[in-house]
Amino acid sequence: MDDSISCKCNWTSKYLVCLVIFLSGALWSSRDVLSNAAGATTKAPPVNSPAWTQVSPKPQTQPLPVFTINYPRIQVPFEITLWILLASFAKIGFNMYHKITIWIPESCLLISVGLVVGGIMYAVHGMPPAVLTSNVFFLYMLPPIVLDSSYFMPTRPFFENVGTVLWFAVVGTLWNSLGIGVSLYGVCQIEALGLKDINLQENLLFASIISAVDPVAVLAVFEDISINEQLYIVVFGECLFNDAVTVALYNILSFVATMPEVETVDVFLGMARFVVVGLGGLFFGFLFGFAAAFTTRFTAHVREIEPFFVFMFSYLAYLVAELFSLSSIMAIVTCALTMKYYVEENVAQRSCTTIRHVVKMLGTMSETLIFFFLGVATITTDHEWNWGYILFTLLFAFVWRALGVFVLTQIINPFRTIPFNFKDQFGLAYGGLRGAICFALVFLLPQNITCRNLFITATIVVILFTVFIQGISIRPLVECMKVRRTNRKLGTINVEIHKRLMEHTIAGIEDICGQWSHYYWKDKFKKFNDRVLRKILIRDNRAESSIVALYKKLELQNALELLGPAPSDLSAAPSLMDLQTKRNFPASDLRNMHELLSKNMYKIRQRTVEYTKKSALPNDSKVREILIRRHISIRHSFRVGSFPRTGVSKRHRFLSLPPRKNMESRSPPSRPSYTSENLLRAPIIFRHGTWIPVATLDLLILCSSIVLSAAELNNTIKQIIFRSRLFSTLFGFVRSASYTLPPGLASLDNAEGPGLEDKQSWKMTLHPCSGSRGTDLELEPLSATSSVSQLQRFSSRQERPLQNRYHQPERREHELGQQTSREPIAEGLWGQPQRDSWTAHRYSRSRDEHRPGGGNLPPSAPTGWAQEPLIQKGGGSQNHLNRRPHWRPHNPHGPQSPGQVD
Amino acid sequence: MGALFSAPDDHFQDLSEKTGFSPEQIQILHKRFKQLSNDEDSLRRDDFNNITDLACNPIRTQIIEAFFDKRNYRQNAVGSVEEISFEQFVIVMSHFLPVPLHNMTEEQRERMRREKLRFLFNMHDTDNDGTITLEEYKHVVEELLSRSGAIGKETAKGIADAAMLEVASITVGRMNPDDFYEGITFDHFLKILKDIEIETKMHIRFQNNACALC
Repeated sequence: MDDSISCKCNWTSKYLVCLVIFLSGALWSSRDVLSNAAGATTKAPPVNSPAWTQVSPKPQTQPLPVFTINYPRIQVPFEITLWILLASFAKIGFNMYHKITIWIPESCLLISVGLVVGGIMYAVHGMPPAVLTSNVFFLYMLPPIVLDSSYFMPTRPFFENVGTVLWFAVVGTLWNSLGIGVSLYGVCQIEALGLKDINLQENLLFASIISAVDPVAVLAVFEDISINEQLYIVVFGECLFNDAVTVALYNILSFVATMPEVETVDVFLGMARFVVVGLGGLFFGFLFGFAAAFTTRFTAHVREIEPFFVFMFSYLAYLVAELFSLSSIMAIVTCALTMKYYVEENVAQRSCTTIRHVVKMLGTMSETLIFFFLGVATITTDHEWNWGYILFTLLFAFVWRALGVFVLTQIINPFRTIPFNFKDQFGLAYGGLRGAICFALVFLLPQNITCRNLFITATIVVILFTVFIQGISIRPLVECMKVRRTNRKLGTINVEIHKRLMEHTIAGIEDICGQWSHYYWKDKFKKFNDRVLRKILIRDNRAESSIVALYKKLELQNALELLGPAPSDLSAAPSLMDLQTKRNFPASDLRNMHELLSKNMYKIRQRTVEYTKKSALPNDSKVREILIRRHISIRHSFRVGSFPRTGVSKRHRFLSLPPRKNMESRSPPSRPSYTSENLLRAPIIFRHGTWIPVATLDLLILCSSIVLSAAELNNTIKQIIFRSRLFSTLFGFVRSASYTLPPGLASLDNAEGPGLEDKQSWKMTLHPCSGSRGTDLELEPLSATSSVSQLQRFSSRQERPLQNRYHQPERREHELGQQTSREPIAEGLWGQPQRDSWTAHRYSRSRDEHRPGGGNLPPSAPTGWAQEPLIQKGGGSQNHLNRRPHWRPHNPHGPQSPGQVD
Repeated sequence: MGALFSAPDDHFQDLSEKTGFSPEQIQILHKRFKQLSNDEDSLRRDDFNNITDLACNPIRTQIIEAFFDKRNYRQNAVGSVEEISFEQFVIVMSHFLPVPLHNMTEEQRERMRREKLRFLFNMHDTDNDGTITLEEYKHVVEELLSRSGAIGKETAKGIADAAMLEVASITVGRMNPDDFYEGITFDHFLKILKDIEIETKMHIRFQNNACALC
């Protein structure tokens, strides 16, 4: 097995290597072809390519060519495709061995691959890709990256820390630029370095380039080790906004740098421009963000183009800002942040997923390409090496960053709810990697800057140094220093609930004491949002509103979660027991609950009650689909051979059952026969009270009917009730179950009844899809299959005295009204699953307890009740209830089961 | 109460020492108290109900009850009152004082943490029997979700059930067949919330200067 896997791996990697070599070969050869044939630069877009326009219209005397090659026509898109493929293959390549990317950031690996490819290209005198020497970067590659970051910006933490983020992004970047620029200028004055010809403006320009941080690698690390949220969001936001600041600064300074003389007025004009650029970007961002939101209001009938608007409008924002030389990054960030909330409410769930995927895909692609090109460019560009300048750049970049973080934190800390401590500051300072933006900006430097090549070299060195040295070492360092971490792995549901609870409490207390921090502004904005924005931007028809959609998703996902990957045997089938064994809920459940809670939290202080028009019924086709899938997966698991011969040991391990002999001794060796050979292999499940339920339910769904002993029957019913209760909101299809009891069973009201002996077998049939929500269970004694079933159901009439043992608080009237008929189901059975999964000793209990003696089946229940869900007590469960304290002393609902009515 | 008006400064000083608020903060809170109570000496539930900002808080009732709950007055008393004085108001508020990050021993920190959690626990445990039963828990979750219309009830039940199950599994571990989980005790409560940085969540920056108030 292992061999085959490694073989496969080897084969795949060989294949990848071949592809990479082939692609890079193709790339450089294509360049040769181009330079020979067309003589144009790689920059030439296809439409302008002279080769094509000249060749085709010429009247030819030659015969019609049977086979022609017209490379120039496809050259540019062809090469772009190849480059992208190459970079993607590289990414696939080193993600195949997961351990590499843990210790070495992906950007490092990409740069390394780029270096190799660059080396090959250098050896054959290829030219660097067109991206580096044109506006391609700013027009095509940067927008996806920024859109990606801003669209997936965690909104809540961001707005909670927005002050700090902007403080670091704006002031920090200015600080770095000025600091590095001025000190480099100072260094340039040293005669020995021979750098007298670099003036202050150029130094500042260079410093503004070098001060853009781009900690993709750091963010990946932070996310991985779940660093505290505040630090994470500040690094995240800083890198986003400081791109905007840097680009704006760069534009101003590159203009200043070419001016022969700088006057004081120019400095102030520069500052004014800086503000205008920023605010202008903000304005266009809002404009197009709202435009996008407004547009999606009307796309209900053209779902297929919905995602498009998100991209087009954000790109439009970017381009228009660029048109006016405003901060285009600012524009696209604002646009994404603005529209996200409204768009996601307007569009269908599917479109929403599409948007997210495509945004992520484009962003990742661009980033991959950039780091890849960085490696290529390192080799293929002309360098001008100056030890002094480069080393001082490195030094200053690091020192000013550290100083800046330290000083700025001291200033901002008094205003922060959770101040940054020293370790956080270290993380912040050390996480200041340089990346894509620096790289692209430095290549954009106008040719008339004297030391352009030196700047390029210095920038590349700084990037490589920070990405490699800092990027690789930050994980061990941060882990070593034990920087405060937030437990960001989705914890428990309780934690989630209490977080929300606390937030609401804090909001409430703030209201009471009349002090408003950000909650106050949030409240103001909420009001404005509800009264104006939502009305304009969000479609009135709430059919697809996010909460309802989310709820549907939640149901669907939970159901699918329960299906899980096709299990190899039943013990692996995800089930309730499974969840408990893990002592946790699956991450996706938690995430959904988390989302649900947070969505609700978002609605804090909302003035109007919404979503009253549509109920949150999951649609039937989905449920049906789930059922079908479940059938398939379970059937799969039942294939001959997929059950271990000695199913016991499996069960054993999984449930930590008592040793087999215990089980043997407790359970009679002869079992009722099952309907098929395959099922016979699963019988362990049936033997022991606890395990019957889940498996039986599965079996029922699988084969619609099984044969059970009476005791098993009881347990099964109980479990079905329990499950339907627990997952009723999540799980869709076992909502309620009604069942049919044969007359013989009906007479078994008293414990001594003749029919329900252990030897008696029952055929249990489940009709899963008989109603949209219901499940019919049919029971008939195996001996009397021909008997006409009579619709009946359990009644809890006999339980009344039992229930009364617990102190019952007065029944609240409104609850009475609102309880669904399902309500009582879980009441008495709540403890059941816990005991089931945790108790290995359950089998040591006398089987007598399971005697179905407690069956309380009124012989003459009206048939009209048949469609009612099961009532809480399946026969034998009463015995338990009699014996043990109910885990919940207050049980107002208990007596309200429908059976009480009569 | 009379003393409060004859020598408010002294009184504030006392309160300040007792609760940990600075005298300025007490002053501000007092102003707010007067505003809420329409210049009277005590607050009633109606006064709280009239706070418009609070009207949409899903757990409004719990929050208001917390103010009238004797358990939150740090006096080992039990039960609820009809109206509260300024002192009680401030004492309840003092549960939300930020935990100082420095000059704190581990012990003190733990104590403050416990106090804050106790406050939360009391919000759940409405009948003061020392456990949060499923009913109480469900109620809170329902309230939390009450703003989301149609799904509230159903989902709340599901979530409360799941959460309770989880508490049981975390705190009790293996249960004997005859054991039943009665409800969340305070110890269990501490246990399940040990991962929350309560210090960063359960606090308010009380203002020191009065100008921002109006």
